[in-house]
Amino acid sequence: MSEVPEPTHRRRSHTSGRDLERYAGLFAERTGVMRSSAMRDLMAITARPEVISLAGGLPDTSTFPPQSFAAQMTRIAQESAAKALQYGPTEGFEETKDCIVEVMGAEGMLPDPDDIIVTTGGQQAIDLVCKTLLDPGDVVICEAPTYPGAIPTLCSYQADIVQVECDEDGMRVELLEQLLADLRAEGKRPKFIYSVPSFQNPAGVTMSLQRRHRLVELARANELLVVEDNPYGLLRYGGEPMPPLYQLDGGDFVIYLGTFSKILSPGIRLGWAVAPPPVMEKIVLGKQAADLCTSTLTQYFVREYFAERRWQRYIDDLVEIYRARRDTMVEALRTHFPAEATWTEPDGGLFIWATLPDYIDTSDLLAKALRADVAFVPGQAAYIDGRGSHSMRLNFSGVDEDEIREGVRRIGKVIAEQVELYGTLTGEQRLPEPKEESAPNVLPFRKAGEAG
Amino acid sequence: MKVAVLKGGRSLERGVSLRSGARVEDALERLGHEVLPIDVGPDLVKRLGTERPDVAFVVMHGVGGEDGTVQELLEILGIPFTGPGAAACARCMDKVQAKDAIEEAGLPTPEWFAFNQTAFREFGAADALGRLEETLGFPLVVKPSRGGSSLGVKFAAAASEVPQALVSAFSYDDRVLIESFVEGRELAVSVLGDEPLPVVEAILLEGDRYDFEARYEIGRTRFVCPAELPPEEEREVTEVALATYRALGCTGFARIDLILGTDGPKLLEANAIPGLTDTSLLPQAAEAAGLSFEQLVERILDLALTPQGVS
Repeated sequence: MSEVPEPTHRRRSHTSGRDLERYAGLFAERTGVMRSSAMRDLMAITARPEVISLAGGLPDTSTFPPQSFAAQMTRIAQESAAKALQYGPTEGFEETKDCIVEVMGAEGMLPDPDDIIVTTGGQQAIDLVCKTLLDPGDVVICEAPTYPGAIPTLCSYQADIVQVECDEDGMRVELLEQLLADLRAEGKRPKFIYSVPSFQNPAGVTMSLQRRHRLVELARANELLVVEDNPYGLLRYGGEPMPPLYQLDGGDFVIYLGTFSKILSPGIRLGWAVAPPPVMEKIVLGKQAADLCTSTLTQYFVREYFAERRWQRYIDDLVEIYRARRDTMVEALRTHFPAEATWTEPDGGLFIWATLPDYIDTSDLLAKALRADVAFVPGQAAYIDGRGSHSMRLNFSGVDEDEIREGVRRIGKVIAEQVELYGTLTGEQRLPEPKEESAPNVLPFRKAGEAG
Repeated sequence: MKVAVLKGGRSLERGVSLRSGARVEDALERLGHEVLPIDVGPDLVKRLGTERPDVAFVVMHGVGGEDGTVQELLEILGIPFTGPGAAACARCMDKVQAKDAIEEAGLPTPEWFAFNQTAFREFGAADALGRLEETLGFPLVVKPSRGGSSLGVKFAAAASEVPQALVSAFSYDDRVLIESFVEGRELAVSVLGDEPLPVVEAILLEGDRYDFEARYEIGRTRFVCPAELPPEEEREVTEVALATYRALGCTGFARIDLILGTDGPKLLEANAIPGLTDTSLLPQAAEAAGLSFEQLVERILDLALTPQGVS
């Protein structure tokens, strides 16, 4: 037996004051715009077991059959151990791409496998697209609100983020047209438009067919890329299926991002991007520089899993579970949230976006909610400019129906306290002075079912 | 020496506390101490009972750890600990108590009023807001009485913004204070033992307020230490900070925050357990005084083990 020296440190040493001073001079300029946040600190508390967290974006992995997991891993060990433990091609295995083609086919898309790259989760796909397309200061257009996890990525490439309002039909493409014209007048050409058109994170809304067509036309006319992020497309609980932008465009001006995280497992870290060949060539180089290849072991796992031919049934199961959870959350919101609150009733995905009266700041509300052992994501996380402070993102996929009911009840209670306090503070004698005409903080989504 | 590092807990500043704690633990290890890290929870007393540390290094922030609760326990258990005693912690944590003590000592602080939630809910205090606003003028600052790291601190530029600011501040505590806003340079004076350290100035690079995020993000706030002040102002700032430290009964260390406006320094608050993270002000001030982080930690330990008042 060989002698292993005792490790000298239990864990990484933390920097001393002097060390920090030395490092500070070494940091790249972009670290200045990399955001950590107060929210992250508050979220440290949501890890307490007594906290019901409606804050995460976790899919429910508890129904994945362990026997099936074990059988697949055993098969890999017995039949392909050497290969599964080896490096793989940067683009990903052809077999993985076949699985991806199958998944995309289920939503009516037919990509060329050569246009696909397998990535380490969908998040890396976003990162690689940014790496390929963005110089510091380049304009990127996002939805308002946008996926909170895209913001740090865009910031780390020093993008100039411009957000376009959403309503219940997704990004307001007519505002986008105006924005593109304004930007052109300023001599700016955005590099790409980032959108989650179906069951959006965080708003839960889905872009209408008409807007999809218009968006794709605009991209083509302006020779702009649309980055379509579609993690939730197959998690549909109602409404008609919408064609992905990729399908409408044929893949000339749409870069498509997909992931196995929400339809199989986020732990396997497998996502993908589909891009036109010249763009893909650069993305592959970027991927090579980043991590050489995506985990071969988990790619083997996906291959074995798809060979069982029950992946669609598993999604059907998830859809049943999530539909019931969404219904439970909507019902709980109706019961426990004040009359002035509005929220989206998504046809799919994992999130509901609720907007409260404009005197309630959801970051401060979170502090109160955490004392009541419940957590959500304050809306500000989905904006780059401080807007969204009266909204919150609620996740209904990660906890069971009882916890959803109880969690929403607890949030409703702390909101009710604030509503009552505000009423007391303003009263009859102190009607709030009419506010200067200003843009609404967040476009309030209508309550689903209300006449529009 | 066996040193228990008390960190974490359930306060809103848990994350900051864990970062401070990790840094202190490393320094203690490098200094050759036996380190016992404790994420403070229901088993605290039991663990202290079985482990019998020689001294407790308290790096908890916010309610529970910085308000005297843990200090009181340590006093009962007879374990020496770093930083101010229970009574001083309680006074620093509660801005209303702190401002009372500051005013009693004849020290300058922005004009202010305090309200309980009950005053609004049961006694119609809302009707008094107009008068109060007349006295203080705008802009106003609304703060939870007990809260740290600028959490829940709101600015109101007009009367219409006051109720909303109050709702936010009451999210953190049942008592809030409304203070007139003083324009000026943001300064912090850390006191170690009975010695004031060089003044730190916080200059916000973006945005307009020194808020929670700016406080913990490297690169968003620039700190200048020692602050560039004319000798006379520096002396005045240091003197009022030291007087505040004494008025609040602090021992060991504390950080006094103040604003230097056209009217001279105005005291804002005292932090009984200032942060010890990478971006915290006390370590920066210590470094400007020639103390490395290890030396600072060692000195804080010494102070905990030295009879009060002797240096």
